[in-house]
Amino acid sequence: MVNQISVFLENKCGRLVNVCQTLGRENINIRALSIADTSDFGILRLIVDQPERALSVLKEEGFMAMETEVIAVEIPDSPGGLADVLHYLEEAEINIEYLYSFVEKPAKDALILMRLDDIEKAKKVMEEKGIPLIGGERIYSL
Amino acid sequence: MNDWHNMDCVDREELAELREQKLLNTVKWAYQNSPFYREKFQNNSVTPEEVKELKNITRLPFTTKSDLRESYPFKLAAVPMEQIVRIHASSGTTGKPIVAGYTKNDLVEWSRLVARTCALAGVTSRDTAQVSFGYGLFTGGFGLHYGLEYLEATVVPFSSGNTERQLSLMKDFQTTVLVSTPSFALYMAEAAREMGLDPKKDYSLRLGLFGGEPCSENMRREIENQWGITATVNYGLTEVVGPGVSGECTCQEGMHLHEDSFIEEIIDPATGESLPEGESGELVLTPIFKEGFPVIRYRTGDITRIIPGNCRCGHTTRRMDYITGRTDDMIIVKGVNLFPSQVEEVLSGFKEVSPHYRLVLHRSDKGFVKDVEVQVELTPEGFTDSFQELEKLEQNIKNRIRSTISLAPRVKLMEPKSLERTTGKSRRIVEGEDL
Ligand SMILES: [Zn+2]
Repeated sequence: MVNQISVFLENKCGRLVNVCQTLGRENINIRALSIADTSDFGILRLIVDQPERALSVLKEEGFMAMETEVIAVEIPDSPGGLADVLHYLEEAEINIEYLYSFVEKPAKDALILMRLDDIEKAKKVMEEKGIPLIGGERIYSL
Repeated sequence: MNDWHNMDCVDREELAELREQKLLNTVKWAYQNSPFYREKFQNNSVTPEEVKELKNITRLPFTTKSDLRESYPFKLAAVPMEQIVRIHASSGTTGKPIVAGYTKNDLVEWSRLVARTCALAGVTSRDTAQVSFGYGLFTGGFGLHYGLEYLEATVVPFSSGNTERQLSLMKDFQTTVLVSTPSFALYMAEAAREMGLDPKKDYSLRLGLFGGEPCSENMRREIENQWGITATVNYGLTEVVGPGVSGECTCQEGMHLHEDSFIEEIIDPATGESLPEGESGELVLTPIFKEGFPVIRYRTGDITRIIPGNCRCGHTTRRMDYITGRTDDMIIVKGVNLFPSQVEEVLSGFKEVSPHYRLVLHRSDKGFVKDVEVQVELTPEGFTDSFQELEKLEQNIKNRIRSTISLAPRVKLMEPKSLERTTGKSRRIVEGEDL
């Protein structure tokens, strides 16, 4: 399981920059990120090398931040690799709330981060299908 | 003697006749004796003869706060100044103060009104009451003082300030009733604890009469819990007499209005039209007993409603609801009246957002407000990683607002502490182009 940091952002220019500056100043590295937004607000999702510290420094800076669990899946670097994984989840009736990938490709195979409604079940499915899940410790230190 | 409070149990038909007669007399009195009202009636081409029955009151012009300012200092007077025995004035934050002069009869009537207010709240002649309102030009201190004396309670005229001394006298005198602003009552409880005293155990207080500022239901419960007392609120304003217009009985379900002494109207603040019974609007008051400085159809600027039906306490007078806002704060959006306090009330029902909000007005080319955006801060409880949940929250708030004020403003969730902390209305309402 991977701990992700979610930050609420008013759609105000500069807030994203502030988050990155705050983490940079604290020597916290961003491994992956995604932003979901409407015209009203946005949610910034981050994978960092030190999730607990990141959470506390962001809160200290006045950001609305929380930890959420996501899973990291290693997708075979071949055509249709992601499609297969999505199909397995659909079959098992597991909903994907969102997914995103790494900023830089850290390995030969693609790494995808997914937020699912039933993580435990997803773990089993991936195990059965032989799709490797990557644990937090490895992700943070990539 | 002791029949002065019978008016609170009067037969309603009898009351209607009395009100009508007193109104007609008041209108005649004002026209004949107050230079201000003679001029005002003439400017509006209306004579007292046109007011033949109670409902004709709507033919008369309103009196506004600025009218009263312009009549500074004594233009309102309907008697020679030598017959005025006391003068009070409201502290105008802008412009000239509003002056109220009382004849000897006016003071007796006023004392009786306040005495009735206190009696409704449960004060008796066996009580010792400490008045912690300022004694001075403000009507609160003297108003409550003479009302409580009229009731034959024991009055401790402390006035404001010197909290420690207030607390020690209250303890030593075994004072049973506290008369103050609600915020001062809370402050005193805090101060008592700092002095090592237990507000509940070390004092004999059983009842509180609060006024002079709005008191929310939460604040009332807080006072009751801190002191272990029954906290009642009452209403009044210098412009029409002072305290003693209305007050709660111990049922705490609205404030009994002294209908034999005031004609109440609820109007749409935008059009001036009377609203059907039970609807919320601006309270307009006409005191029908004053000789000195008569006032006719005074627009209080306070938003309330008349509560339909009778009170459980058995008194027959109608009740007005608690003040929910001020017309000064009213915004007209596409013909709908919107009060910031209504938005505040809706928001207080959502634990996902904080009470800090801002209304952003977007105007059309002609200057009308065509849209309102409600900006509200998310609380840690309200934050979730789920985008859908947050959008649903915005939608729920919007729907709740729409169901209370038939207006669907845009709702925008904000980061905590992004809105300025202020209770003033000026910062709560901003123009769209200023952002
Ligand atoms: Zn009652």
